[in-house]
Amino acid sequence: MADKIERDDHSGTDTTGHEWDGIKELDTPLPRWWLYIFYASIVAAIIYWVLMPAWPLANGYTRGLLNWSDRRNVAAEVQTLESSRAPMFERLAHASSSDLARDPELQEFARAAGESVFGDNCQTCHGAGGAGAPGYPVLADDVWIWGGSMDEIEHTLRVGIRSGHPDARLSMMPAFGRDRLLTDAQIGDVTEHVIAVSSARTRLPPDMRAAARGALVYQEQCAVCHGATGAGDRATGAPSLNDDLWLYGGSRAEIRRQIELGRGGVMPSWEQRFDAGTLRALAYYVHQMGGGEPDAGPPSPVAPAAGAPAPAIDQGQDEGATGNATP
Amino acid sequence: MGKVTLIDRRENEHSIDARAVNSKEARELYKKREQIYPKLAHGTFRNLKWVAMIVLLAIYYVTPWLRWDRGLGRPDQAVLVDFEGRRFFFFFIELWPQEVYYFAGLLILAAFGIFLSSALFGRVWCGYACPQTVWTDLYIYVERWIEGDRNERMRLARAPFSLDKARKKISKHAIWILIAAATGGAWVFYFADAPTLFRAIFTGQAGVAVYLFVGLLTFTTYALAGTMREQVCTYMCPWPRIQAAMTDQHALSVTYRADRGEPRGPHKKNESWEGRGDCIDCRQCVAVCPQGIDIRDGDQLECINCALCIDACDEIMAKVGRPKGLIAYDTHVNVEKRQRGEQAGIRLIRPRTVLYAVLMTVVGAIMLFALLTRSTLDLNVIRDRSPPFVRLAHGGVRNDYTLKLINMAPRARRIRIAVSGLDGAHFIANGHSVEADGAIEVEAQADGVANVRVHVAAGAERGSHPIRFEITDTETGETATSASAFFAGNAP
Repeated sequence: MADKIERDDHSGTDTTGHEWDGIKELDTPLPRWWLYIFYASIVAAIIYWVLMPAWPLANGYTRGLLNWSDRRNVAAEVQTLESSRAPMFERLAHASSSDLARDPELQEFARAAGESVFGDNCQTCHGAGGAGAPGYPVLADDVWIWGGSMDEIEHTLRVGIRSGHPDARLSMMPAFGRDRLLTDAQIGDVTEHVIAVSSARTRLPPDMRAAARGALVYQEQCAVCHGATGAGDRATGAPSLNDDLWLYGGSRAEIRRQIELGRGGVMPSWEQRFDAGTLRALAYYVHQMGGGEPDAGPPSPVAPAAGAPAPAIDQGQDEGATGNATP
Repeated sequence: MGKVTLIDRRENEHSIDARAVNSKEARELYKKREQIYPKLAHGTFRNLKWVAMIVLLAIYYVTPWLRWDRGLGRPDQAVLVDFEGRRFFFFFIELWPQEVYYFAGLLILAAFGIFLSSALFGRVWCGYACPQTVWTDLYIYVERWIEGDRNERMRLARAPFSLDKARKKISKHAIWILIAAATGGAWVFYFADAPTLFRAIFTGQAGVAVYLFVGLLTFTTYALAGTMREQVCTYMCPWPRIQAAMTDQHALSVTYRADRGEPRGPHKKNESWEGRGDCIDCRQCVAVCPQGIDIRDGDQLECINCALCIDACDEIMAKVGRPKGLIAYDTHVNVEKRQRGEQAGIRLIRPRTVLYAVLMTVVGAIMLFALLTRSTLDLNVIRDRSPPFVRLAHGGVRNDYTLKLINMAPRARRIRIAVSGLDGAHFIANGHSVEADGAIEVEAQADGVANVRVHVAAGAERGSHPIRFEITDTETGETATSASAFFAGNAP
């Protein structure tokens, strides 16, 4: 602080006595109305303390005279929102998939509602946009363990997988290694056979002699569910082994490990959690992700692109492996 | 003070008791506002200001009422900011939200415009065109009409409360509020159909937002132009503070020609002008100043360059028989040159002004070209990012895209979508029927954006590959393209 008030000769204004690198701050007067607005702001703040919740206390906070509560307001707004959406969910619950196909308004509602429900409930395991994760099927690709029509998807959502629901979808792959159903050598042979019948054979050249031995074991132990050629079976939830998509990873060691341990995932049954309209919206959203299959009704008017491979929609497929899907 | 005035009067018949509010002696901590009573000036610049005021106010009030036929079901207002429909209509131009770069262009033009005008004529914007100036001028006009000119207003302010004073004050504020309401009222007409909204406002049918904005702008107009006036320029406006960077020593600005005026002092009739300046210290320049400053103190932050002091001074110079232009649009350089006895001059063409003018021409030309060649069909491609790609059962990789087909034409169109640029890339049908040639056809609603989500499959070669989408109007053949990427990650 300067002891004496200094006057700036050029402007005739007193300085504040503060100096930075030779630059001194002028004590230029503010307009008085600014000062009054400052006082008014203090008064307004005090009025606000009295009227609105403001001060934190040891066991709560001051509530204010207006008894304002954002939590209550939000609850009321959510209530309003839900009742305003109820008629659309009602329509959705009673719409067949062909009704839905004809109704753009209902489609848009189902898509938006489905996306929101998916984000809250499904995304944790199946990933954003149905990207999947090892052990959790990719929903955005073109293969379905239990069927990819809207009705099949909705059924899976309702009953879940190994969920404890009486109609839950069950697929039981034996743990051939852990339970000593096959010897280590036999498991190795079957692994080579599985690779040989899948399109992974180009990147993992199989030992053909081992594969030939494994084929015999396969026909005895595996063909019941996965089919003689490895095409899989949707009725039992046995994935196709012919493609190169693997639920628990597509390396030789990972394929062998699956034969040893026979892992199977669990999906909750959502029937109790969601009403019919929400389930339909979710089924529609998952179907729309990209991998959905047409209903068993009239065939879709798909024409293959000239000179390009046919759009890949096929039956009884394994779920996509995602172990190396992340760039 | 009255006594001093008398002495002044005796020595100088034109003298007036006016003091600059920003004079050094008047400063204190938390300054009480000093009321300014600008005297009416007469002359060239005052007339120029009347014309500017009438023209600018007319543009402001009349524009929303101009009509422009755009066909059935479309707004027929010439200038309309349609927030609900997300459109901006300006005569024959119709802008969409994604075309905001035209506004960026306009802002750039406006910026260079104010740079250029500042480099040429100093703060002409402040003095003639700024809304604060225009409305304040209008409000002072009303004040003068009811309460009289400077001296009468000062007398009225000092006078004790009376019925006459109350009548004058109430009628002044009533008219001010009417003007303010008309100002706020006109603003909302730019955002809706003016005749409809006009009826709605007076029948109580308009929305809450309309009344809120009318009320808000009524209040701000009344407060800023009526009561705050010069305080806005001095304490609120950033422009005086960046002014220094915009002008230079060659820019014309309202200047007291000290070389000619000093030494100043009272002058009696028939007294010789030898050995003294032309300034008779009559303070008319201070009395007419709406900012309450003394131009003879030199360039000041408060000065808006309205040139009313020039008019006031010219009038006095004519009376005392000296040449006009003691205060004039001039430059510091000239004042200094004349003091050194050199030839003064004005340089309007300088590298700075030429550069600004060229830049304005270039930006204007680019905007005009863009406007004349703009298409009514546009395509935006948004690549879905979760998942980044999907591997397909029978080999190959699929990427998903959301296409936004923007149809700016007022009719529905059938649009054909094709994909190219990557070998083997083709659409997978999922809700769309793929035509025999591999394209997809969709319907784009009139004057709207169609969202189309498409799946594209291609070989699984690693990495990112460029891909192109092209949309074509099946009738007119108008096309639009957009580039994106096809991503196959590290798929085997």
